[in-house]
Amino acid sequence: MITSFSAARAVVRRGRAITLLALAGLVGVYVLALDYTPVELHQGPAQKIFYLHVPAAWTALLVFSLMGVVSILFLWLHDERLDLFAEASAEVGVMFSAIMLTTGPIWAKPIWGTWWQWDPRLTLTLFLFFLYVGYLALRASIHDPLERGRFSAVVAILGMLLVPFIHLSVYLFRTLHPKPVVLKPSAPSLPPEMLRTLLISFAVCLTLYLGLVMMRYGVGMAERIREAGGEAGEVADAG
Amino acid sequence: MGNTIRLALAVAGKDLRAELRSRTALLSALVFAALVLVVFNFARDPTAISARDLAPSALWITFAFGAIVALNRAFSMEREHAALDGLLLAPLPREALYLGKLIANLAFVGIVEAVALPLFVLFFDVELGHALGGLIGVIILATIGFVAVGTVFSAMAVRTRFAELMLPVLLLPFMVPPLIGAAAMTSRLLADRPLSEMLGLLRLLALYDVVFVTLCTLLFPAVVDE
Repeated sequence: MITSFSAARAVVRRGRAITLLALAGLVGVYVLALDYTPVELHQGPAQKIFYLHVPAAWTALLVFSLMGVVSILFLWLHDERLDLFAEASAEVGVMFSAIMLTTGPIWAKPIWGTWWQWDPRLTLTLFLFFLYVGYLALRASIHDPLERGRFSAVVAILGMLLVPFIHLSVYLFRTLHPKPVVLKPSAPSLPPEMLRTLLISFAVCLTLYLGLVMMRYGVGMAERIREAGGEAGEVADAG
Repeated sequence: MGNTIRLALAVAGKDLRAELRSRTALLSALVFAALVLVVFNFARDPTAISARDLAPSALWITFAFGAIVALNRAFSMEREHAALDGLLLAPLPREALYLGKLIANLAFVGIVEAVALPLFVLFFDVELGHALGGLIGVIILATIGFVAVGTVFSAMAVRTRFAELMLPVLLLPFMVPPLIGAAAMTSRLLADRPLSEMLGLLRLLALYDVVFVTLCTLLFPAVVDE
């Protein structure tokens, strides 16, 4: 399946190019958010963080769902590339949920008057973050690659099912968190400039995800080759 | 189906017999749960917070920690002398093995909860009265949910380094929905709120149980089969 160090290096190189593109796009998102979108009436400039917070949150949730689907396929097909992809996605997903969990309080302090609220949605996304850190900790504590793949797939599938319970809980408890303005049954209730910027930012986040995952995937490929005994003559310049 | 249940009960019976003969794990888990309740009582300022205000959270933290201690035992026993290999070689469907382990764990955690509940009433000066029936129902619903997930994770955790640490790190996020639901229902039950206020929470607990018991039964073979 995984062929050589040079193939791994090529994946890393392509991933790096996509990541750089996405980082440039992120700068564009900042410019759009600061210059193009109107200032929100009640929240003022603090609302600008929405253009990073919400796409990062969407990406984090999407990546975790994707990991669940990939893990189901892994348990079915036993293709180690799927496991490698899930591992890479977990690390990048943790990064996006860290962005979500740090930008949220920065916004919440001026708007809610507090850094953190034990609101169910905040609580559960925090626990989702812990869950995926747990996923990576589990991976790190198992030596056998087959066992590692199977166990972490089980955790990812169960984790994916935990996500709907997060959304369910939003409606069951009284909550401070702003109600969804885009992902709801009726039409999005925000000005077109805001929506456009948000969607562009989401696309940038997804590109960033793709680039980082490719880089991590390439590194994972190299690790697997090394674990399997390495490739003659190429071990020295694998880094 | 009937055969699966018969085999599951045989596995559960084996586990419970082995446990009741030695009793060390059970007694440790009981003492641990009692200690958590006692420590909780000293972790509040009695002039500022009444024991009753803290009661629902104290109860559910105790149950959660007690369950983790109890679940750590579930597969560590099988690991010694490679007993699990024997079970896996037996003509036993994996579903029956999982359900058997689940039943044994539920019984084990249930015993810990049954002992902790009167202690909780005693230490926290709670008047259960007619809330008792409802509370027992909530305890059963919430416990099934997190023990179902915990049984799968405990089978994994014994195969990892830092097994005793890995189980709570993996399991606690999964305990959050049932714990939030159960603690909220407990405080409403203790405040004599009408049932209509709890229907949403009740559905959450029931749905969680159905989803995770089904899913864990399906995923368990991936954990034990080489």
